[in-house]
Amino acid sequence: MSNAESFLPLPSATFHILMALADEDRHGYAIIQDVAERTSGELKLSAGTLYRSIQRMLEQGLIVETRERPAPEEDDERRRYYRITPFGIEVARAEARRLQQLLKLARASGFAPGRA
Amino acid sequence: MWFYRLLLHLYPASFRAEYGEEMCAIFARERRNALGALADVFPNAAAAHADILRQDLRLAIRTLTSSRGFTITALLVVALGIGANTAVFSLVDYVLIRPLPFADADRLVKVWQRQSGYSRMELSPANYRDWKAMTRSFASLAAYTSMSHNLVTQQEPERIEGEHVTAELFPLLGAKPMLGRVFAPQEDTAEGPRTVILSYTLWQSIFGGDPNVLGRNVTLDDNSYSVIGVMPPDFHFPSIDTEFWAPLRLEAANYEDRNDNFLQAIGKLRPGVSIAQARAEMTVAAAQLERRYPRENEHIGAAVIALRDELSEQSRLSLSALAGASVCVLLIACTNLASLLLARGLARRKELAVRAALGAGRERLVRQLVTESLLLAVLGGALGVAASRAALPLLTKLVPHTLPLAQLPPLDFRILLFAAAVTLLTGIAFGMLPAFRASRGSRFADLHEGARAGGGRKERLRAALVIAEVATSVVLLVGSGLLLRALWRLQTVDPGFRSEGVLTLRTWLPWPRYAVTERRTQFYHRVLEEVRQLPGVSNAAYITFLPMTMTGGIWPISVNGDTSIRTESHVASLRFVTPSFFATTAIPLRLGRDVAESDTIDRPFVAVVSESFARRYWPDQSPLGRHFHVAFHDREIVGVVSDISVRGLERPSEPQVYLPYRQHPDESLVFYAPKDLAVKCAGNPMSIVPAIRRIVQKADPRQPISDVRMLADVVAAQTAPRATQVRALGAFAAVAFLLAAIGIHGLLAFAVSQRTPEIGIRVALGARPANIFGMVLAQGLWTAAAGVAGGVVLGALAAQGLKGLLAGVQPADPVTFAAAVVLCVAMTLAGCLAPAWRALRVDPTRAMRAE
Repeated sequence: MSNAESFLPLPSATFHILMALADEDRHGYAIIQDVAERTSGELKLSAGTLYRSIQRMLEQGLIVETRERPAPEEDDERRRYYRITPFGIEVARAEARRLQQLLKLARASGFAPGRA
Repeated sequence: MWFYRLLLHLYPASFRAEYGEEMCAIFARERRNALGALADVFPNAAAAHADILRQDLRLAIRTLTSSRGFTITALLVVALGIGANTAVFSLVDYVLIRPLPFADADRLVKVWQRQSGYSRMELSPANYRDWKAMTRSFASLAAYTSMSHNLVTQQEPERIEGEHVTAELFPLLGAKPMLGRVFAPQEDTAEGPRTVILSYTLWQSIFGGDPNVLGRNVTLDDNSYSVIGVMPPDFHFPSIDTEFWAPLRLEAANYEDRNDNFLQAIGKLRPGVSIAQARAEMTVAAAQLERRYPRENEHIGAAVIALRDELSEQSRLSLSALAGASVCVLLIACTNLASLLLARGLARRKELAVRAALGAGRERLVRQLVTESLLLAVLGGALGVAASRAALPLLTKLVPHTLPLAQLPPLDFRILLFAAAVTLLTGIAFGMLPAFRASRGSRFADLHEGARAGGGRKERLRAALVIAEVATSVVLLVGSGLLLRALWRLQTVDPGFRSEGVLTLRTWLPWPRYAVTERRTQFYHRVLEEVRQLPGVSNAAYITFLPMTMTGGIWPISVNGDTSIRTESHVASLRFVTPSFFATTAIPLRLGRDVAESDTIDRPFVAVVSESFARRYWPDQSPLGRHFHVAFHDREIVGVVSDISVRGLERPSEPQVYLPYRQHPDESLVFYAPKDLAVKCAGNPMSIVPAIRRIVQKADPRQPISDVRMLADVVAAQTAPRATQVRALGAFAAVAFLLAAIGIHGLLAFAVSQRTPEIGIRVALGARPANIFGMVLAQGLWTAAAGVAGGVVLGALAAQGLKGLLAGVQPADPVTFAAAVVLCVAMTLAGCLAPAWRALRVDPTRAMRAE
């Protein structure tokens, strides 16, 4: 399996999708909504960007399509649900560490507020 | 909504199938932002395609590098097909098709005199003048004649080749000088100023490209010429060797003899006038002149030939043959590629079936294979361009000197594109077949370990492809074999003289300084005497022109006092020689004696003739003491030598007449003064060239020497274009042969691997090795036999087309055909051996267990 480090830096859409899937499985539209909510409407993924990212993430093994469906009354046949994989978690953590390091450096050079 | 659905078709089909529905659902919910969603389709669709391409490319590179044998073969095949065709068709287009680099090139024609035995004869000044006045078909008519001069500079004098031209020539060709001007209408008269236009090359070599060259003087022979212009580097007329142009200065005396033919004429047809019309008008004009001058212009007609067609039938045929051969190679390359891809497709059926079973749609499979084929084609094409760049200079010997063209044709990118497109389409078409098959529903059988890829139809297709390859290679083998036989035959033609160890060079003595024969005689004496003293030199002599260097110098002959001999239209080649020319070049003296120093102008005029000359007039009697008339004088035959090929190895030569150099009347026959020195020398003759140079310098410090070469090279130059052609065609044949062998081997190897279980059963049932071996061999031989049969028929047709190039070898030459067939059968056997051997080692238990 590929090394998590080799995926860094993650495209921002990918990182956001991973964050959206961190706590629960979601379908496409729910991911868009979650990302928008989390960023207070700042980032609104388009359908094309979303599914292109999903396709790639599936191939890379960051997420999987899940067969478990929610309760029938909430389900829509057309929807597909996605779940983050352990490897996806590993990659997301690696990305977070990378960003943290970066922020530390930015602070040291006075570009960002806070302690170095 | 429907619009969004439509736009989704921009996405790759696999992507659409996967996510289209959900994207529509999202679009339905996000109505507020419909415009943004619509605009979003374009960049994302493009990116999705790029994703797949990247993926496919990665996969393609992986599969191609993992099957290295296949990849290298396929690349070579593609490169060869594209490379050979681009080079050859660039050449053919350059020489045969593309308009010559002059204004209104399609209206340019050459005008020649036509008389018995000669379809293209130079014009006499009087006939040129009269024809020009009598015809209306030409918008303009110009004359020129080749003239080389001694160029005297501060450095060593040198001989340069140029043309004396009438003032009409440059405007007629639409040629503009890059410096200065061209000749003014009144400049080409006997009284006109001596001016000269330099070629770009000469301007560079003697003036170092000095832009202030205009008005400076150059000394040509003993006259000073003022430079009035420089032509651009891409202007070559009438040939690539032309280094300068000076005005043609015809004097009244030049118009007196209508049989003194030395002018070439070029005309530009009036717009709307066809060559046929011009020809008809010229025929009428020639007939009128013949009536007016019944004696001089007897049987003299006119020929009008498009400038582009000033190409020997042989050159044309030779280029067509080469073009045909390269088409064959392209055909074979495509067949081979197709066959390779088919075999590979069959072998990959399992892989594709797995991918299809895992949900890859037809679109993705096809896409993947197309990407692979394209990658092969692009890489092969790049190799092909490199190959054609390398091949083109090798073919320049085939650019005929008779056309005003540079020797190195440019690479033609349209042709490159064409050849690339053909290979590409082949690659794509045959590369895709397996994808369609794999995606045609689920093929559970294909997933089965050890699945047999029999596919009867495809195997028949491959067999047909191999048959086509064998047939084509037989055609190429026959063609190149016949040309090789023709080359050998010409190379063994006895030219009548021995060229080994004979060094030659030219000292062209300028007039009027050397117009008096005695003056020239002194020069020859000084040079010959000293050269004969040089170490290793056994003999030396001068002649007007060495054999095979000058195809003109043909004179009418009449035999006096014997009215039974009809001599109309009888001609002979005429040369002046110093004593011992025959000894120097080992031309056997059959009867009588050589010319002698004692044959001076005040003694009776004598001649040495060739055997064919003697035979023609006095078949059963001794020719010695007989008289005939040539070049204004009656001459007595004092010697007979054997015949030589004056005109070259391939053309029939006129009988030869040799005159003693001291019986050359002053001020006449300028052109015939001996200028070629032949030196018979032991050891390395080139080592004495500096010594000869010093000797000539001592005899006349202003005299250059030129054309230093071995007589053997003069003879070899006769067959050089042929040798190039045989090499080119031979290379094509070898390639075709090799490809066909690979094709047969591939076909059988595959068939054996597919038939392993069957063979196993046969062995288990008691088949002996010989049976198995024979079975495989028979399959290969049948395929080869079908190809050979077709190839022999096609080869016979092709050979008929080559007839003009065969120098007397029969088109149906049994030796060549037999050799081609034997070679092909041998190739088939060689291709069969490895697969047959593998069939022998089939282990029945393992083969059957796999079932």
